[in-house]
Amino acid sequence: MATLDSKIPKGPLADKWTNHKNKIDLVNPANKRLIDVIIVGTGLAGGSAAATLAELGYNVKSFCFQDSPRRAHSIAAQGGINAAKNYQGDGDSTYRLFYDTVKGGDYRSREANVHRLAEVSTNIIDQCVAQGVPFARDYGGLLDNRSFGGVLVSRTFYAKGQTGQQLLLGAYSAMNRQIGRGKIKMYSRHEMLDVVIVDGKARGIIARNLVTGEIERHSAHAVVLGTGGYGNLFYLSTYAMGSNVTAAWKAHKRGAFFANPCFTQIHPTCIPVSGDHQSKLTLMSESLRNDGRIWVPKNMDDVLAIREGKLKPTDISEENRDYYLERRYPAFGNLVPRDVASRAAKERCDAGYGVNKTGEAVYLDFAAAIQRYGKEQAHIKGLDENDKTITTKLGRDIVKAKYGNLFQMYEKIVDQNPYETPMMIYPAVHYTMGGVWVDYNLMTTVPGLYAIGEANFSDHGANRLGASALMQGLADGYFVLPYTIGDYLSHDIRTGAISTDTKEFDEAEEKVKSDLDKLINNNGTHSVDYFHKKLGKIMWNKCGMARNEKDLKDAISEIAELRAEFWKDVKVPGTAGEYNEELAKAGRVADFLELGELFAKDALQREESAGGHFRDEYQTPEGEAMRRKEFQYVSAWEYKGEPKDALLHKEELVYENIEVKERSYK
Amino acid sequence: MGGFFKSSIGRKVAMALSAFFLMFFLVQHLSINILSVFNPDLFNEVSHFMGTNPLVQFLLQPVLIFGVVFHFVMGFILELKNNTARKVSYVKTNGASNSTWMSRNMIYSGIAILAFIILHFIDFWFPEINTKFINGDWSGTMEGVEGFRYHEELTHKFHSHTRTIAYVIAFVFLALHLLHGFTSAFQSMGGTAGRKKTLQNIGKAYSIIIPIGFIFVALYHHLKYVLE
Amino acid sequence: MKLTLKIWRQKSANDQGKIVDYKLDNVSADMSFLEMLDVLNQDLIDKDEEPIAFDHDCREGICGSCSMFINGRAHGPDRAITVCQLHMRSFKDGDTIYIEPWRATAFPVIKDLIVDRSAFDRIQQAGGFISVNTSGNTQDANATLISKQAADTAMDAATCIGCGACVATCKNSSAMLFVGAKVSQYALLPQGQIEAADRVKNMVAQMDLEGFGNCTNTGACEVECPKGISLDNIARMNRELMKASI
Repeated sequence: MATLDSKIPKGPLADKWTNHKNKIDLVNPANKRLIDVIIVGTGLAGGSAAATLAELGYNVKSFCFQDSPRRAHSIAAQGGINAAKNYQGDGDSTYRLFYDTVKGGDYRSREANVHRLAEVSTNIIDQCVAQGVPFARDYGGLLDNRSFGGVLVSRTFYAKGQTGQQLLLGAYSAMNRQIGRGKIKMYSRHEMLDVVIVDGKARGIIARNLVTGEIERHSAHAVVLGTGGYGNLFYLSTYAMGSNVTAAWKAHKRGAFFANPCFTQIHPTCIPVSGDHQSKLTLMSESLRNDGRIWVPKNMDDVLAIREGKLKPTDISEENRDYYLERRYPAFGNLVPRDVASRAAKERCDAGYGVNKTGEAVYLDFAAAIQRYGKEQAHIKGLDENDKTITTKLGRDIVKAKYGNLFQMYEKIVDQNPYETPMMIYPAVHYTMGGVWVDYNLMTTVPGLYAIGEANFSDHGANRLGASALMQGLADGYFVLPYTIGDYLSHDIRTGAISTDTKEFDEAEEKVKSDLDKLINNNGTHSVDYFHKKLGKIMWNKCGMARNEKDLKDAISEIAELRAEFWKDVKVPGTAGEYNEELAKAGRVADFLELGELFAKDALQREESAGGHFRDEYQTPEGEAMRRKEFQYVSAWEYKGEPKDALLHKEELVYENIEVKERSYK
Repeated sequence: MGGFFKSSIGRKVAMALSAFFLMFFLVQHLSINILSVFNPDLFNEVSHFMGTNPLVQFLLQPVLIFGVVFHFVMGFILELKNNTARKVSYVKTNGASNSTWMSRNMIYSGIAILAFIILHFIDFWFPEINTKFINGDWSGTMEGVEGFRYHEELTHKFHSHTRTIAYVIAFVFLALHLLHGFTSAFQSMGGTAGRKKTLQNIGKAYSIIIPIGFIFVALYHHLKYVLE
Repeated sequence: MKLTLKIWRQKSANDQGKIVDYKLDNVSADMSFLEMLDVLNQDLIDKDEEPIAFDHDCREGICGSCSMFINGRAHGPDRAITVCQLHMRSFKDGDTIYIEPWRATAFPVIKDLIVDRSAFDRIQQAGGFISVNTSGNTQDANATLISKQAADTAMDAATCIGCGACVATCKNSSAMLFVGAKVSQYALLPQGQIEAADRVKNMVAQMDLEGFGNCTNTGACEVECPKGISLDNIARMNRELMKASI
């Protein structure tokens, strides 16, 4: 049985990474040419890793299911990327970024990893600027920063509301340079369907060419998964339609432990569901909460009148509005962390105060901000501060300058003008902190198999801070993996090319083909989406923002039943030997149906509330999350056949450089 | 440099350069034509100079002909190449929603202008070449006409209704061609945003004034004949 | 609302392909265009017909996957959006909607509404980058000042999502807006200037090799671009190439 060895280097926290780099084995340039590395996924982590490893001289094979590496879902990240540059001179430092990340993660992440992340954060910005990423600048020509997610410093670098896009295009350009040089062989529209293990080491993958349906064997000395998170487990999420857990799940089935699956981030400011046809939820940057006030009506009569269209939100007087975040959290108000804001919205909607037809929406109101800015501007311009037409106009201009693109996006989707009527928002699944378990070197429990970026579990604990996902993805890909993988590959310089003509590859390919055949030949009665939607409902209702023992137990049995029904009754049109999106989807949903059960099992065993994981049974009398010391560990699950048989391993978390405290936003 | 003119952008630039040359030529041509209305004697003088000066005849004229031919040939080559860039066409298109008619139909306005140039050559250029190079008559005079023959020849051509109408229609096509072509040439040469608005206005003015000038000359002579 | 859909169906790259008519009832105005197609696809699956293949992924207007020519326009009737951001409220009950794939020789059809846009990748591979290795010792990000105006203009060019609407809408299937945007982004930043001459030459050469048409400055690309990339970027690329060649 594999055991958990996090391989954290000895020595003081601040020196661990430097010492580790100094001591690990390197591969000499001539030998790097003899070594192949497979990287699955081309987002920030996978893309940056592929480019960097190719620059170092390794032969990289890069895979993505999209038609181009540039379309990985990192592209959709809006807000920014954190780095402890302290350009604003406001007291930021590596330690403070480390501290904020561990605290924000509710003390469920690994100290050494997070500190390393904070250390390399500054290199990321240097690297990206050198690549031509057009970060926002001030009038003096220096890089601009904004503050984000309730921390006390301004350390977020940004490129309009498209930071993820710009960083990804930076990594993509670095990849392109290597593809042009022939050091990266790019396989677009390819989906990884299994990892091949030879003599206990990851030595290749089985991939399906999504255009032709061909099953291909690819070998390498190491395999890296940069395949993102599994939020689409919930069907509706802010993830891309194609985002999936398949690569990570296949790795899990081949021996990689899956850690903290229940740690999911639910983002509070998303556009609510409008109907059953809904395929996807759209996130709006949480910066909106800097100026928007969140409320629902105080009286049930008003709620009902609004739902029936008899009243407009603007008709409700101030005293009949419940600004519940300001009421419950006077200190942080509308700026409480994501998990707290999301849960509070759910609490009001569960109590029946939701303001749209489905009863799952709250208001985000800019009227007060418009008046406040308007008065300020009127004062500056020497106009009448009490003339509401003047202040409204001036205020709207300011709000437009700050959030114009988001307001426009909202209007396109909802067809309401948020300058005139409050926005409606509701939380949506947005990021998964859990993922494949990795050690300090980012290696999974399978030798030679690595997981980077959102696909691993490592840095965010139970909750991720805003603008930290981009930081982690690029840190792993540009600055961590390229070092740590060398330590492993240094033992492979004499191995030579790995043959794909072995029984291990035969077996893996057979398994993949038979699974696909099973799906195609099933001839059931319901489409893949039918099952995916059902799974999503179970997850959202029973494993969503607040969980309890009964719901979780129900979820476990319901998911198992649904899975059995899926394999009996799913209908996949077409053949396996052609472009067949339904088949690709079916494979992904089959894996979600297994992960979902493990997710619920993990949530059930974690008898505490921490970050994104909230258990109704474990809350303070005021309804806040109650962390428990005995759960200060990473739950790493070993695959044993059915999800119900998964075996729990615990990696105890030790905090030597930071005091474990209650999070309070009162 | 050679490679440059083989590239797509190089060809655009070549189109633009020949266009600039032709647009300059139009100004020059129109200014002489206008003289035929206001000062027939001066018109004759200038025409004779242009028709007999060796520099104009043996250097500028070939350059002009090359410019015209180049612009047309290149235009056709680009059109053919652009057509191969989309071998299967759309079932439904809606070009009007994102571009002007002029910009999408340069090839047709161009063909109309080419047809006109052929007519124009038959009317003026071939007889002129015949007189000077075949018959060797460089005097600029003709029997029954006092002084130079040019004004008389010009006005005579516009006695015909059909020709006048053909000329007017051709100039309308010229206007349409210029309405896109003028700014397009600047864009191809890398014209920048700052000057865009001004350029557009100058372009519009040029594209309307020049053809109207030619139309004016044609109609003037025609109406003068009809009314007399 | 009820709709008649006229959709291009093509089994594979080598298949002939044709427009097929579909009727769809119960379309809600709140649906996105892609959700409307999801509904149609579910119907087709229920009827044992093959669903329509189309590219889509993020469904929030940033990945650039979706690529449909709707009623004669790239990404459909509204401005500055991708298909996934187009909502059915832009259509009326009883409308007939034509849905076709991007048409360009350089973008061959793979299946139904899916085209192969790898030509764009190859253009980028020819020079759409700054040659800087990842080292951790690159100079400090603030060591080179960049004017706000240059950074903002570079950003405006860099917002391109590589969807190919410019090519699809251009009567010449020209890719100059796409290439111009990338050339501009780097040309505007000091980091990009060292390789500027080679970059523009190589990218333009690859663009020509891929079989895209010539730009005739109709400006249609700028109008249909979901990110509003300006025609100025083409002008800048023209200047850059002239500068590099002379």
